[in-house]
Amino acid sequence: MKRRTALKVAASAALTSVLTIGSAYGAEPIRFGAVAPKTGALAAGAAITHWPNIQLWVHQVNERGGLRMKDGSRRKVEIIEYDDRTNPGETIKAVERLATQDKVDFIVAPYSTGLNVAAAPVFAKLGYPQVAATAITDKIPELTQRYPSIFFALGSTTALASSVADVLAKMKAEGKIGNRIAMVNVADAFGIELAEASRPIFVKAGFEIVFNRSYPLGTQDLSPIVKGAKASNPDAFVAWSYPPDTFALTEQSKIEGLNVKAYYTAVATAFPAYGGKFGKSVEGHLGAGGVNTDTAEMKAYFAAHQKVTGKPADYWASAVTYASLQVLEQSIEAVGTDRKAVIEHISKSTFQTVMGPWKFVNQSIDKVWTVGQWQGGVFHGVASTGLPGAKPVIVKTGW
Amino acid sequence: MTARETRTLILVVVAFALLACLPLLRHGYLLSLGVDIAMYTVLATSWALFSGPTHYISLATAAFYGIGAYVVAAGIGTLPYPALVALAGLAGAVAAALVGLATLRLSGVYFVIFTLGLAELVRQIVTWVQNNFTGSRGMYVLTSITERMIYWELLALAAAVFFIGWRVARSRLGFALRIIGNDETVAAHLGINSAACKLALFVISGAFAGMVGAIMAPRLSYIEPSIAFTSELSFQVVIMALLGGVHRLWGPLVGVIPFTILWEVIAARFPTQTVLLLGIAFLLIVYLIPNGVVGRIESALRAAQRRVSHA
Amino acid sequence: MDILITGLLLGATYSLIAIGLSLQYGVARIMNLANGEMLVAGAFGAFWVFTAQTLSPFTAALFVVPGAFALNWLIYRVLLRPLVRRAKSRGMLEVETILATFGMSFAFVGIMLLVFGGSYFTYSYLAEPYRILGSPYGLNRVVASAVAVVICGLLYWGVHGTRTGMAIRAVAVDPAAASLVAIDVPRVSALSFALGGAVTAAGGIVLSTFLTMDASIGVVFTMKALIIVIMGGVGDVRGAIIASLILGLAETVVASLIDPGLTLAAAYLLFLLVLLFRPEGLFGRRQS
Repeated sequence: MKRRTALKVAASAALTSVLTIGSAYGAEPIRFGAVAPKTGALAAGAAITHWPNIQLWVHQVNERGGLRMKDGSRRKVEIIEYDDRTNPGETIKAVERLATQDKVDFIVAPYSTGLNVAAAPVFAKLGYPQVAATAITDKIPELTQRYPSIFFALGSTTALASSVADVLAKMKAEGKIGNRIAMVNVADAFGIELAEASRPIFVKAGFEIVFNRSYPLGTQDLSPIVKGAKASNPDAFVAWSYPPDTFALTEQSKIEGLNVKAYYTAVATAFPAYGGKFGKSVEGHLGAGGVNTDTAEMKAYFAAHQKVTGKPADYWASAVTYASLQVLEQSIEAVGTDRKAVIEHISKSTFQTVMGPWKFVNQSIDKVWTVGQWQGGVFHGVASTGLPGAKPVIVKTGW
Repeated sequence: MTARETRTLILVVVAFALLACLPLLRHGYLLSLGVDIAMYTVLATSWALFSGPTHYISLATAAFYGIGAYVVAAGIGTLPYPALVALAGLAGAVAAALVGLATLRLSGVYFVIFTLGLAELVRQIVTWVQNNFTGSRGMYVLTSITERMIYWELLALAAAVFFIGWRVARSRLGFALRIIGNDETVAAHLGINSAACKLALFVISGAFAGMVGAIMAPRLSYIEPSIAFTSELSFQVVIMALLGGVHRLWGPLVGVIPFTILWEVIAARFPTQTVLLLGIAFLLIVYLIPNGVVGRIESALRAAQRRVSHA
Repeated sequence: MDILITGLLLGATYSLIAIGLSLQYGVARIMNLANGEMLVAGAFGAFWVFTAQTLSPFTAALFVVPGAFALNWLIYRVLLRPLVRRAKSRGMLEVETILATFGMSFAFVGIMLLVFGGSYFTYSYLAEPYRILGSPYGLNRVVASAVAVVICGLLYWGVHGTRTGMAIRAVAVDPAAASLVAIDVPRVSALSFALGGAVTAAGGIVLSTFLTMDASIGVVFTMKALIIVIMGGVGDVRGAIIASLILGLAETVVASLIDPGLTLAAAYLLFLLVLLFRPEGLFGRRQS
């Protein structure tokens, strides 16, 4: 597939520089641009959550014969991909390039909070809809007010933090855990923001934070952290962590025998590689995200993801990313390629996606999965802001 | 002012006036390329002001740039933006002064490695402070500043760099630096305080990098340590300046323009192998143009002159 | 006690990261910024062996180490030798090699991306508690330390106990003088560079048992290695080992007793202090 998109890009570049071909047979394809990290700090996350879903979606739409336009014609889609090297300056330039040089019809929103926020002004200026599937921020009201073209689909920082508090508070109320929380966070924007948001929420919910430390991104040995957390004798362990340290913290906790009844790590807990690496020990682990793996749509999505891309989808933002593409797809089928109309349509309509029905309220999906848990080999949603299908939380029993 | 200088001055003013008209084309892509070129021109030229005469290779650009960006992120909403840019310049200058005092007596590779580590050190401290004291919920710089304003600001800054570079070259400081560059021992015997001279230039380049960071912050919108303190920036500045040539004030400019365009062409034409090709391009520059474009031009000119005089 | 052992284990890990660069910089005078990518390549070899062949990741050493040796030999001969030859001074060589190897690290990341893809590669191997004096430590880290001891021991013997080793030391002290006593300096330099690359790749195999990596992460290891090599002193394998242990201990002390958030800042601070007060490194010789 990589080769094919590369060829397609080369071909389209060559063609546009020589002449613009008309519709020799059938309708012209609709051109999509995509810019996200293929290298740099966030490349690995994008390789799991972002790029495979674009590949899957393009494959499925074209296999179906293309998008079914209002006038009854079918239009295939093609995609132009750029690597922003996890550098927001590059993201901005690539969006400009896609719009003014490649003249694409639509642009898939970039990957991660930072790159989406950085690109928001240029999306707005150029009038392209930006359905951000991988941005989490408390600035949603401010950003949506400023940029009419941006849509959020993964929820806010506070929602993520307070959901964790709710889950733990419920366990406490049921007498499953005590009130001692050990909390650590990665000292980068995301971790700091979540730690900051969750501290008062935990205290308000009647918890005592008995251990509270941060560690720099890229720390090679997290054992002092885990030892410290263990020494504080907690009932629950909460880590606002990033992928590499989510893996390292879990491994270290297992080695140290950090036995808590509620064990939470943030980003990457939902990665299939997490379950793959730790096998049965992940049973009962809580983490950010989760999906309802029981719906027929979700089952079909997971199967197709595996079949087309050769790797499993993650249990959080993967399906959201795919759903964000479905939003574009359904809007274009409904109103055509007029971008202004598409933005209008996205903000007003309800969409049938793999995540269930989606309706943007003030340019943001307010019903999202916030906490998931590994149960019987899958990472299922256990808490959300109003979605059906949450499973009851189970208590973690040793490693 | 000689007639020749007057002519050059007029040419420069006209060139800047023409460049300032770029946003009027209303071509977003050209403008974003223009922003990049202007940014690297300021960074590379101010870098060369210090590194050209002293032969010190500083990889600290990202540190000062990041400090500038963070000044804006921390102060936006409490202070007016122009004040923040000035403050960022000041912060860059202070940081450069501290670093310079501590490290300019190091020689060669130690200075290079130290400045490379500096961006990391500053980044760690900033993150730690942010985590424990300010408790900020992410650093957003949401302003109404548009791309074209950023472009004009950078252009003005570029004019300032060239002006300062020109003044320095004509001043006692510039003369002293040329002697230091040729032979530091001779300079010391002449009673030149070489440490102070180097420090002065390092502070100037730090101040400019800080201001560039401040000006670019609204464009980044979301300030993260990994984004603000990226070492890639430091290396790009060095390679652009060296590609152009550091012994003429306009040398780095000759490197910045082709390099930015080359980088852009690679990113646009080979989206799946961008990094591989960027690396190869980088290597080709190091191997094939060691003395910079300006060095090439000048040696070609010299050769031509020799031929003429022999004839 | 706990802190001491944790610190030593971390220090041993660091020595695996740094010792290859110490050889490359100390003897061949190449400040190799593409060193971290070699480590990641080694780690990927181990990952592939473990997941695709279901063998012990350490069997990857059978092809990774000779492969890395050959590759680094070629890199030195084809790419770096011309720079050495054209450099007028040591300072100029250092600047040029820093720039060239920075370009190489970009190219390597690009190649690894093509070959391995961009995802994380992580697996679980020997992630069990191993008790030393009653406290649990990761068995994989303990094994890594043992491997580090073996590699360092072999290198020490190689450098101090063999004839080629003597040549290596001679070149490290003074390439010009070494060539006067009939030492083939280019050959010895290429050998050291290749050996350094092979050691780094071997370190990558060991590290992959407990660190999560991806194609772009090499620069993290390069930075760490640079700090250690400069701290230890140029051209001194022992210095690099001791600097690794000091750094490991310092980071663990700071993380356990002060604040984990300051570990990396402490490492850089330590580095800065060493540079300021002993610019030739902890065990280096003052250059004339």
